[in-house]
Amino acid sequence: MNFLNYIIRRILLLVVVLIGVTLIIFAILTLFSPEQRASAFIKDIKQLSDINSIIKTYGLDRPVYVQYYNWIRQVLSGNFGWSTTVSRTVMEAFKFFLPNTVELALYSAPLIILVGIWLGTISAVHRDKPVDHFTRFLAIVGWSLPTFWFGLVLLMVFYGYFRGLFPPEILGYKAQAYVNSADFVRYTRMNTIDSLLNGKLWIFVDAVRHLVLPVITLTVIQIALVMRIMRSSMLEVMGKGYVLTARAKGASPKVVIKKHARRNALIPVVTVSGWLFAQLMAGVVITETIFNRKGLGWWWAHAATQLDIPAVLMAVLFNGVLFVVTNLVVDILYAYIDPRVRLG
Amino acid sequence: MCGWDRRTEEQEFIYTLPGTIGTVRIRKNGMYFLKKRRIVREFEQHPRLKEFRFSFGKIVKNPLSVTGLSLIFIFFLIAVFAPVISPPKYEQEPFRIPHEGYSVIPNPPGPGHPFGTTTKQYDIFYGVIWGTRTAFRIGFMVVGTILIIGIAVGSISGYFGGIVDEILMRVVDIFMSLPLFILAMAIVTALGRSLDNIMRSLIIVGWPIYARTIRSSILTIREEDFIKAAKALGSGTFKIILKHILPNAIYPALILASLDIGAMVLTAAALSFLGLGAQEGYADWGQMVSLARNYIVGPQGQPFLFWYVVTIPGLFILFFVLGWNLLGDALRDIFDPKLRRK
Repeated sequence: MNFLNYIIRRILLLVVVLIGVTLIIFAILTLFSPEQRASAFIKDIKQLSDINSIIKTYGLDRPVYVQYYNWIRQVLSGNFGWSTTVSRTVMEAFKFFLPNTVELALYSAPLIILVGIWLGTISAVHRDKPVDHFTRFLAIVGWSLPTFWFGLVLLMVFYGYFRGLFPPEILGYKAQAYVNSADFVRYTRMNTIDSLLNGKLWIFVDAVRHLVLPVITLTVIQIALVMRIMRSSMLEVMGKGYVLTARAKGASPKVVIKKHARRNALIPVVTVSGWLFAQLMAGVVITETIFNRKGLGWWWAHAATQLDIPAVLMAVLFNGVLFVVTNLVVDILYAYIDPRVRLG
Repeated sequence: MCGWDRRTEEQEFIYTLPGTIGTVRIRKNGMYFLKKRRIVREFEQHPRLKEFRFSFGKIVKNPLSVTGLSLIFIFFLIAVFAPVISPPKYEQEPFRIPHEGYSVIPNPPGPGHPFGTTTKQYDIFYGVIWGTRTAFRIGFMVVGTILIIGIAVGSISGYFGGIVDEILMRVVDIFMSLPLFILAMAIVTALGRSLDNIMRSLIIVGWPIYARTIRSSILTIREEDFIKAAKALGSGTFKIILKHILPNAIYPALILASLDIGAMVLTAAALSFLGLGAQEGYADWGQMVSLARNYIVGPQGQPFLFWYVVTIPGLFILFFVLGWNLLGDALRDIFDPKLRRK
């Protein structure tokens, strides 16, 4: 019963936060003139020539609360307006770009979490030894690296020096042509998965080659957070009584670290994983822009420079929803694992 | 009470130092020397000072924080002496990078251009030197402002609690559920492209975390005995917050601030890189990397022909941010109560 209560409370809070997010987005929207705002209501390219009627229909010259009501009704019915950068509706563009971004996140996120946990554990176990200083220094350097610059330097070396070893964009010319042809069935629209499902290994290799640099860029920059949290939580756990007890009972240091300490130290890492997702999306905007991978981040970055308001607002809304939902999942998992949370 | 207080019968003076634990009694019969020594010693025992000396010792001994401080100091010198190192060509607009001609092909380092020129012949050396001033301005302005807003909101929320706290913290929740970078990007789009608007948008999205940090440390300190004692002695709310709570609650926020100076400069550079920053030719590191984007890979056979265009401004960003992060990271370790005295 308590557990159910906890979940209901969390979901109610989620609704409050989501309403707040729409208010922020709407506040940004009101900074524009009615003519510019009209694009947030367009469903079809033909309407572009008839901005005035849109301003009338959706009451863009009427009081703010009327506008908010009209806007939120549109958003709830799935109409986010027209994106001028890609000449599609925002919803279509979103569906088109999503798989490429998901693919990037699919390979980076596990790498960030696993390597981060590993490095954090090593660092804590060898506290204040050279290994510790070295890994911490690397993590701080990674954290301080400008994503956009690091990506460009990687391109300079692996695309320039090693002629085309790891090229930018999503697929090579030939592979792209084949993927677009009728012989190739798009199951998920993610190239690495689709190519395997179609049994085309050469496309898979090509897709992986295009993925290597973006994944490295994202990982190097995000890993510091996981490592840092893992290290401090590991240090705290290793000072606890039960770790000492386990050692006193004769368990080997390896077993104590792996079974007794690390398992308990993982809890804070689970807590920040929702936050990590949000950070990852921010990294994706830059990474996709540098490597010219046409995903969500690429689209948003171009939209921001070309005053494509609906697309930018969609970016904020999507990230808000993503963050809130991942955090809810994390919280529920957390409550399930740790009884102190749901009872406290 | 502060100052000399004369007790005539005992021929003694009682001096109360502001904030010391006890009083120092000094006899009037010619023990001037003793009085001085004892006051100093008593002053040294002030807990806040003792903690400060302990922390300072740790900062000086920690190689990471010393590296960070030296990096920051070097950049500080560059920023202060920018007019000497690289005299401006346009007296009225020192942040405008001088350029000779409009050729888009970058030129390698040579006489007159120690770091070469980037596309459209903007001088890279001039750009990175004056860009240091831009970086400091972004860092200090943004973090200073959000620190003040965060302290104000956090103190109100933490000290008064109740409905005020509930409302303020929900607002913080909403802001913190949006990734800083993407929200800042949207706000800059709305306000219009410029460096000032990047700073404004970073202030709008940056304050909530400070409010929350200050609030949570105030919540723990509010229940301490010395606050109850201050209340019992009749101190006003404002005085309690300012004199008793904030000095104890501010450390986590200050550590966050030192990390955030680097992070904010990095975010601002990323936004500039996307093309949301100042107009072309402004001394700003992010924009200089952005200008270099078309010259990453050299022609066949000379892959590193244009290495200087992207590498040099990038290294300036990296070391600037690294300096602040090293300092902040060391401070966080030093002030972490869980690890502090081990």
